[in-house]
Amino acid sequence: MVSAGSEAPPVDPASLHLASTVERSVKVLVVGAYGVGKTTLIGAVSEIPVLSTEETITAASLGVDPRLGEKTTTTVAMDFGRVTVGGTTALYLFGTPGQKRFWDLWAGLADGAVGALVVVDTRRLEDSFEVLDQLEEHTALPVTIVVNEFPDAPRHTTDAVRAALDLPADTPVVAGDLRERRQAVEALQALVAHAVRLARAGDAA
Amino acid sequence: MTDGYRDHPVRSYVLTGGRAHPSRNTLRPETLLCAVDDGRELPVGAGRHERALLETCRGTLALAELAAYLRLPTSLVAVLASDLLDAGYLAVRSPATHDLPGVDLLEEVLDGLRRF
Repeated sequence: MVSAGSEAPPVDPASLHLASTVERSVKVLVVGAYGVGKTTLIGAVSEIPVLSTEETITAASLGVDPRLGEKTTTTVAMDFGRVTVGGTTALYLFGTPGQKRFWDLWAGLADGAVGALVVVDTRRLEDSFEVLDQLEEHTALPVTIVVNEFPDAPRHTTDAVRAALDLPADTPVVAGDLRERRQAVEALQALVAHAVRLARAGDAA
Repeated sequence: MTDGYRDHPVRSYVLTGGRAHPSRNTLRPETLLCAVDDGRELPVGAGRHERALLETCRGTLALAELAAYLRLPTSLVAVLASDLLDAGYLAVRSPATHDLPGVDLLEEVLDGLRRF
């Protein structure tokens, strides 16, 4: 991972430029609670090493998190990756912390996004409620739930997860080991297919 | 670093001449940018971040990628990139739009993903 302030050797961007055939870009948000596997999913899909930028969080966040103390600004790391699809389109996956106090950060990111992949861990589903509430309250993004099947986590049916998260009937729920590229790509396919269905329904209306 | 906090050592406005916002608002983290290769040199007074940005962007990269390689916040790189766009040293490769992706584009992306 290339991370600001890390000791990793610098990556030569020249080797990571997009192909000259790429003429447009789209993005997907990857959101979820801390440590749930957002960066794992991004890394499994990305054609470049996972990158990180630091973004400034301003006064809106104050008073919510006691760790912020009296600071007026704090930065938060955002991991992201990229995959070229169909030769002409760069798909970016932006991983963002889903908690309410980070809303400033991802409000701008949500603008124009294909949708949001919400990564969940069945051992602590309750951590996902705030993320889902934020998405519902502040965006109209298509949402797909991705259950990260950690090796030591108990398995639940996607229907059980749907019920526990009180999801709308048409919200896709997929599950997989997100370290595996194929399964991470399938989660992405599920989200984009859902976005296509919603866009078609919107066009027909 | 995921979800981590860190104080930023240099206030962004120092690097942008006091400006907090870019001169255009069409730049998103995924907006594709590429240096214009017309042999023009940056003015002598150009800052090292502008130079590094153009050097890094000799091929196509998204704004967020530039920020990551330059190790600067995306919001700051948006300000620098806007100036370079205004001056003609940098070009936007992807169509600038605030619309949601249309059905045609979404279907192309889905087809592309299914071919992996």
